[in-house]
Amino acid sequence: MKTIYVDNNATTKVAPEVVEAMLPFFNDMWGNPSSMHTFGGQVAKHVERAREQVAKIIGAQRTSEIIFTSCGTESDNAAIRAALATNPEKKHIVTTTVEHPAVLNLCQNLEKHECVEVTYLPVDAKGRLDLEKLKSSLRDDTAIVSIMWANNETGTVFPIEEIAQITHERGILFHTDAVQVVGKLPIDLKKTPIDFLSLSGHKLHASKGVGALYVQRGTKFSPYIIGGHQESGRRGGTESVPLIVGLGAACELAMNSMEVERAHLARLRDKLEAGILEKVRRVTVNGDRENRLPNTTNTSFESIEGESILLMLNEYGICASSGSACTSGSLEPSHVLLAMGILHEKAHGSIRWSLSRYSTEEEVDFILEKLPPVIEHLRKLSPVS
Amino acid sequence: MWNYSKKVIDHFLHPRNVGEIENPDGLGEVGSLACGDMLRLTFTLDENGRIKDAKFKTFGCASAIASSSALTEMIKGKTLEEAEKITNRDIAEFLGGLPEEKMHCSVMGREALEAAIDNARGESNGKPHQLEGRVVCKCFGVTEDVIREAIRINNLTTVEEITHFTKAGGGCTLCHDELKKMLEEERGIAAEAKEKEVTVETKAMTNVEKVHRVEELLKNRIAPALAQDGGGVELVDVDKNVVYVRLKGACASCPASERTMRQFIEKELQKEVTQSIRVEEMV
Repeated sequence: MKTIYVDNNATTKVAPEVVEAMLPFFNDMWGNPSSMHTFGGQVAKHVERAREQVAKIIGAQRTSEIIFTSCGTESDNAAIRAALATNPEKKHIVTTTVEHPAVLNLCQNLEKHECVEVTYLPVDAKGRLDLEKLKSSLRDDTAIVSIMWANNETGTVFPIEEIAQITHERGILFHTDAVQVVGKLPIDLKKTPIDFLSLSGHKLHASKGVGALYVQRGTKFSPYIIGGHQESGRRGGTESVPLIVGLGAACELAMNSMEVERAHLARLRDKLEAGILEKVRRVTVNGDRENRLPNTTNTSFESIEGESILLMLNEYGICASSGSACTSGSLEPSHVLLAMGILHEKAHGSIRWSLSRYSTEEEVDFILEKLPPVIEHLRKLSPVS
Repeated sequence: MWNYSKKVIDHFLHPRNVGEIENPDGLGEVGSLACGDMLRLTFTLDENGRIKDAKFKTFGCASAIASSSALTEMIKGKTLEEAEKITNRDIAEFLGGLPEEKMHCSVMGREALEAAIDNARGESNGKPHQLEGRVVCKCFGVTEDVIREAIRINNLTTVEEITHFTKAGGGCTLCHDELKKMLEEERGIAAEAKEKEVTVETKAMTNVEKVHRVEELLKNRIAPALAQDGGGVELVDVDKNVVYVRLKGACASCPASERTMRQFIEKELQKEVTQSIRVEEMV
């Protein structure tokens, strides 16, 4: 059975070009870039090249502003903890109710164990922030503002340039988790006063196990992982050379095809969304359709539950994800949808569709053929219809 | 991804007995859309009081649908007395097991069955009678009765397990202390019963003797005593050392019936039959 993969906000296929780029660093050039001998040392320049490629995709001015990490979560933790460590007198964080658990659970943990106060900014029904509320939440003792660039569940994009400006004017550090945006939308850090930016390899067709943190020059930093002198003493641990080289290659690939890809993704996504709305009754689209990632749509099917939909689609090889409680193993549905004021029953019936450069028109047609009978079948089973 | 058994997947993809019987003899409806699962069970009885046909409609995940489908298959052909002995564990076992986090789906099946049997006996409108009890978990509306029954039937030992089986404690976590207390209490009762089981039984009687003795005591000694307060008791079944009774008259609706069961009926039977007797009320 063919796999129809529409869960790219969870993870993406490693691009064949990226696999190619990584292989020599498993097979031949497996030395340690910190070594004195040529065999190891020669590898270092490939790490530096990857650093250039990563810097370029986010418009960073200097390669020294890029620190390689193991994942987006590590980057988020490193940024927020660095802000607290370098501003010990400041004990307040501003974030949003719809962040990824990497930020949300860290903030909750800091509240509990480190006497940090956290303001969680609410969102409206479309998942949008009220910038006036952001302004009034800022305090003299605010150490950092951490707001995601785009939401992983709904694809809603926040006005990060404007937010960065607001925090910059108040002299407060700003971090953004941009794992869903890098490679999908253009980012130019030369124009935007951002102190920290997190990105993750496996969200843009590189491997799992590698990420990066941008730290603007001049922003004080304190390492999260303490060890050797790697990454200029800002992140201990021997560099994962093959994965880093792969991340660089993935960034270059995405850079070169971003405009074409963006149009391709938006066209297929719009076709999928319009098709679902046309063929299935009682469906709503969750999120801000005007400001959204080009690859994402999130739909709620009334009277039925998400896990059932996913498992029925799984029978056709269709891979998507849901904000229902059952899929998480917790009992509460998606915190993002609940924060938007979406009722529990609708959140339980939500499905996220996220496409990639490898998605095709045929796949979208296949989904539009298989989905309506699945919804109809499950609604026949439902005690409410 | 859940590790569902083949049977769960089969009952999910090919659910048996989907639908709703018009003018059913028994109707049970539990859960809600907001909580993430909901089940409506309907059945008819034949002239001999056996469940002739059963149908379900379920909103929920794969294991909720499979548990409902399994339940309808399990109760067909059974009398109400036989059907009410089906526990949530029986449903899970029928399906070749459920992931622990999904055990609450089997508990939902059991609750719907209980509600439908009550309804068939004219004792309720088909909503679970537990809802009338004291709500312990306010997030998911789980009552003390449901929690205690799940602890007993499934030998639960941690708060996390209670959440997996009943959903209680899965939201704000404010009830966790109370859940811990219930676990301790229930474990205390179970340990006591076990202790008695090993220490006594000096002059063992045969099963037949035991049943006769229990029957005689209930009829000649216990029932007349309860009758003085307008109540009564009827023997339903004896399974090893567990005596199942149904309280009648004033006792059936008496808030102190639990105490009546433990302090009077159980003590009396323990004194006269064997120390390890336990009395359970059938409702």
